[in-house]
Amino acid sequence: MSTEHKITTQQVNFKVFRFNADEDYLPYYEDYSMEVTSEEVVLDILNRIKWDHDGSFSYRRSCRHGICGACAIKVNGRSTLACKESMNDMVDLFGSELTIEPLSIKRVVKDMIIDKGDFWEKHEAVQPYLVADIDENPETENLVSPEDADALDDADLCIQCGACHYACPAVAINEEFFGPAAFAAAYRFSADVRDNSEERLKTVNEMGQGVWDCVKCFECAEVCPKEINPIGKITKLHQMAFQEGIAENNVAVRHAVGFKKSIEKRGVLDEGGLVLYSEGPSIVKHIPVALRMFTKGKIAMPWAIPTSDNMDEIKKLVESSSTAKF
Amino acid sequence: MKKLKYALFTGCTAKQSTPEQMMSTMAVAEKLGIELIELTEASCCGASHLQDYDDFLSLVLNARNIAYAEKHGLTMVTICNTCQLNTAMTKHRLDNNAELKAKVNEKLAEVGLEYKGTSDVTHFLYAIIDDIGLDKIKEMVVTPLSQFNIAPFYGCHNIRPSELQNETHKSPESAYRPTSLDDLIIACGGKNVDYEEKNKCCGFHVELQAPHTAAVLTGNAIAGAMDGNADWMVTPCPLCHLKLDTQTAHASEAIGREVELPVLHMQQMVGLALGCSPAELGLNHHLAKVNFV
Ligand code: SF4
Ligand code: SF4
Ligand code: FES
Repeated sequence: MSTEHKITTQQVNFKVFRFNADEDYLPYYEDYSMEVTSEEVVLDILNRIKWDHDGSFSYRRSCRHGICGACAIKVNGRSTLACKESMNDMVDLFGSELTIEPLSIKRVVKDMIIDKGDFWEKHEAVQPYLVADIDENPETENLVSPEDADALDDADLCIQCGACHYACPAVAINEEFFGPAAFAAAYRFSADVRDNSEERLKTVNEMGQGVWDCVKCFECAEVCPKEINPIGKITKLHQMAFQEGIAENNVAVRHAVGFKKSIEKRGVLDEGGLVLYSEGPSIVKHIPVALRMFTKGKIAMPWAIPTSDNMDEIKKLVESSSTAKF
Repeated sequence: MKKLKYALFTGCTAKQSTPEQMMSTMAVAEKLGIELIELTEASCCGASHLQDYDDFLSLVLNARNIAYAEKHGLTMVTICNTCQLNTAMTKHRLDNNAELKAKVNEKLAEVGLEYKGTSDVTHFLYAIIDDIGLDKIKEMVVTPLSQFNIAPFYGCHNIRPSELQNETHKSPESAYRPTSLDDLIIACGGKNVDYEEKNKCCGFHVELQAPHTAAVLTGNAIAGAMDGNADWMVTPCPLCHLKLDTQTAHASEAIGREVELPVLHMQQMVGLALGCSPAELGLNHHLAKVNFV
């Protein structure tokens, strides 16, 4: 059986971000129009710009096999690993007008090259290594069972490309926030049976920098070229915080716990009650908005909050299925 | 055509802080000839927070909700992006992991229920598009929204992760170039506004713990729609609606610019085009004044 493989070509217009921190006052965009073949990946286009059009064009690449993480850029705003992403897919997704930009315009040094200093600082801050007392002369091998290795859930496949980090809206707004890649690394080592760091989980559970400030937008899961699903790891870090008893009694933690309390009482959520439980006395800051919502019929009064039918079932399931403690 | 019938999972918000979501869902269903059997036994889906605390409990409760849709032999339809995500994610996990499914069913058996995996789970937006079709909607429009520039706001949990999109919908859409809402706006006779923030996050889920992040995201979204000359925004998610409609003061302060636009639920937009009255659609329940009807 032979499958015919046909190479097709297509004219694509590129708008390419240009900036040289040593010479330029402001960035600008250069236009290139090229005949692109269905065989090419985005990195081929970067190469052709440099080789055929402008030798000063700068970008990072090394392995060309999706393993060094150097070549990540943005195409039409989407973080992309240039050596892995096929031009065909990009044209299918966005059409024939493509804008090529560095991962972070704010951190650009030259053209596609950015200063990833913030990324590496955050990576380092989460102890991205095994913390274990190793017997230098062990009598037996230090074996990890297949089940224990499975628990890492592919978090060890991260190539530090930064695609998720610079796609994350929380990173863009909150400079302290560690970001999805650092959390994936934190999970990778905290989930390792050999690790006994006490610090790491505490570090990633601090408000502001930690997992509680993730907005749950799933951008990181969407862009990761290694399908690591960082938000999935963030969820697991949340759960570990409760399991290890380090979840602090703060607004974020009470917000998660409050759901269980509300569900076991009414099945559905008591929305006002949840905010009160989460915020405590600082709920007063919501009063102006709450009053406006009240006048528009957007707040259910305590006596009008619905309750699910068959509450006995829900109560029984909450009691028998929940294991988490706070 | 056989009458369409779904099991309606209302979620919590439609019964409390967005009563207009419930009203407009019912009004539009009636116009479209859809029968909705409300799952009054259902509990909260956990809203993407319960699983941070107690993952297994969240699975059991969501599986219980789906089990009720299965009892009716119907597809479950949700009217909230986050309910859609949590329910579809539960279904995905149980349908792909026999051991987990057995563990969950062990619990459900204690209350005489079983999760089988026989009911689909879809959002009302996709039910309309997949099962009724945009052409039919177009035919049914009595008041085309032709004088309006309408900015679609998709919300994260309908379009991401795309793994669930691909599994759940007949014509899955891209997280980067979603089209369902744009298409629906056009079918209703309106003009769709294209703007960068339409598939970005509104910040709802960190409103309490990271108010500044949440406010900037809200502000950027409304500002993007305003810069695109939108007369109003439309969203399939009541949580996005709440954020964009009620948090404009914080958002304006956070981004240093006055932002406010009417934000309609997807059902309210369709209802207007199909000739429902503003009162039936609950248009008086918004904080940002809906002054065009
Ligand atoms: S899900 Fe969280 S970590 Fe991932 S991109 Fe969104 S905010 Fe960032
Ligand atoms: S988690 Fe994925 S996207 Fe993020 S740095 Fe690692 S490989 Fe890149
Ligand atoms: S060049 Fe190494 S990952 Fe692309």
